[in-house]
Amino acid sequence: MARENPAPAVEARAARKVYGEGEGAVVALAGVDLAIAEGEFFTLLGPSGCGKTTLLRLIAGFETPTEGAILLGGAEVTALPPNRRKVNTVFQSYALFPHLTVAQNIAFGLEMLDKPRAEVSATVAEMLALVRMEPMAGRSPAQLSGGQQQRVALARALAPRPRVLLLDEPLSALDLKLRKEMQSELKRLQRETGITFVFVTHDQEEALTMSDRIAVMSGGAIRQVGAPREVYNRPADRFVADFIGETNFLEGRVEDGRLHLPGGEAIRLPEGAAAAEGAAATLTIRPEQVRLAPEGEDGLAATVADSVYFGADLHLHLRLAGGAALVARLQSPPSGEAGLAPGAVVSVRFAPGAAQLLEG
Amino acid sequence: MASAAERASRAEDVRRYWALCAPALFLLLVGASGPLLIVVVYSFLEPGDYSGVSWRFTFDAWINVFFQKDIFDETWGVADAHLTIFWRSVRLSLLTTAITFAFGFPMAWFIATRPQKERALWLFLVTIPFWTNLLIRTFAIMEVIRNQGLLNTALMGLGLIETPIQILYTDAAVLIGMAYVYLPLMVLPLYAAIDRFDFRLAEAAYDLYASRWRVMRRVVLPIVRPGVVAGCILVFVPSLGAYVTPRVLGGGKNMMIGNFIELQFGQGRNWPLGAALSMLLLMIVMIALLAYVRVSTRKDAHGHGA
Repeated sequence: MARENPAPAVEARAARKVYGEGEGAVVALAGVDLAIAEGEFFTLLGPSGCGKTTLLRLIAGFETPTEGAILLGGAEVTALPPNRRKVNTVFQSYALFPHLTVAQNIAFGLEMLDKPRAEVSATVAEMLALVRMEPMAGRSPAQLSGGQQQRVALARALAPRPRVLLLDEPLSALDLKLRKEMQSELKRLQRETGITFVFVTHDQEEALTMSDRIAVMSGGAIRQVGAPREVYNRPADRFVADFIGETNFLEGRVEDGRLHLPGGEAIRLPEGAAAAEGAAATLTIRPEQVRLAPEGEDGLAATVADSVYFGADLHLHLRLAGGAALVARLQSPPSGEAGLAPGAVVSVRFAPGAAQLLEG
Repeated sequence: MASAAERASRAEDVRRYWALCAPALFLLLVGASGPLLIVVVYSFLEPGDYSGVSWRFTFDAWINVFFQKDIFDETWGVADAHLTIFWRSVRLSLLTTAITFAFGFPMAWFIATRPQKERALWLFLVTIPFWTNLLIRTFAIMEVIRNQGLLNTALMGLGLIETPIQILYTDAAVLIGMAYVYLPLMVLPLYAAIDRFDFRLAEAAYDLYASRWRVMRRVVLPIVRPGVVAGCILVFVPSLGAYVTPRVLGGGKNMMIGNFIELQFGQGRNWPLGAALSMLLLMIVMIALLAYVRVSTRKDAHGHGA
């Protein structure tokens, strides 16, 4: 992360947004503090209705916060309309102007900034090359495929060289293969332009693969901000652990350094886990960190309830002796069978340092 | 090969088809094209002694539309009076179109941005004047703008003016009346166009540094243009042929083509001239409609320029 400018590219201070008044008021954003560094690929991740799009619209200037402030590069812009913020948006619907050609769409922002003609056409040519759409310059948006429209929308938003590019679920309308392609395309564009990207998505895999940092949101609040590995491996709470990737939860009560499950098993707490004696706690462990050993070896005794074949992976649904359910993900053996048919009894262990204790 | 039964049933279909079309065809041929043909023929005849026509072929009526013979020295000159009336009609119709657009666009925008449930009510309110007879509405306007009318009485009551403003029997009165009568014809097509407009496009333009004015000018207006053109034609065409409004509100002096044509068939006793004037009016309308067709079917391929 380049940090030439000490002021964050985007900052939200206690930003709160309430729609409506009185009884029917809806709190879309419940006082959010956030700082996004210059040149960062930052993702707002959360289920629909979590407030991520509202936060994006506050940064773009389409909405004014009910309380709090929005800053761009250290300067307060809370009251500025969108056309006076050096921020551009790639819309979920692309919102390409149907009456203009591809080139005219890309030129639009530059023309509105009253750039000289020569500069406009030079930048348009540069942008067309950047998104590899040169042959389509004269087409109208209606003649383009979804992926092509996406590229034009990107070029149009990047052409005026904004300080920050906002992307509102830009890939959600594309099919899987195209989405993967556009993901690496977006990363490339971000690297090449050095512009701060703020990316909104509900797709956790997309967030993990593309972002420098992720803010996981729910209920109008930010639950955790961190690098993908951090958010995946060290989720701050149960919501984050559940929303990002798949995971197992084992609920119990802490007593003398162990988590006692209702079924009777006791699991040693992970190192560094601070939990009050007698408090309710949840242990979370990713399925791929669950290790299986032959019956009788050190570990928790479990029965295979079901085995689901995914090609590369094999998911084993396990049931501990005390009744708790657990999923283990194994790499498929060459034969496709691991000798773990339903009914088999195994011993379960967790990879060192992989389990994490959450409050409650 | 079709069997005999099949041929018979097909023939039956054709007979039924024509039988069902017959009433409409009869109306179109006898009710619309017939009178039009009579008008065309009359425009090439001489006026009758008291009224009607006398069956002698001549171009006099058409010449008289544009030129007139001086009654004293028998020289020909341009028919100023006719051209003045034509020009006034076109001018007032264009102004009516402009005024209805100026009022109708914000109105249509307002309606199109209401919640879906409220829109039907607003549209109904816009069309309410249509449920009343044109003549009655025109007299109602007269009641508002005449010297002892609502407007002048109110203004004098407030002490804003000493003597009533003469509005009735001026071009302004005709404009007020026509703008009022034709406003719904502007609002409805504009509403239809704005309703289809994707407001996210306006947001995108606003995001790309366009001021509110430029969002309107560069994105909204080009996209809703078919509605604008349709509204303008729907207002311009009937304005041009307006009869009742200029007659009631404009008085005798501020004639429009419609009144002038009526004059030729009435007091003027010059049916051929009236017929020729009618044809000219029809031609102006046709030109306007052709322009509409061209604009509305043209490919969206225009250049830059703010």
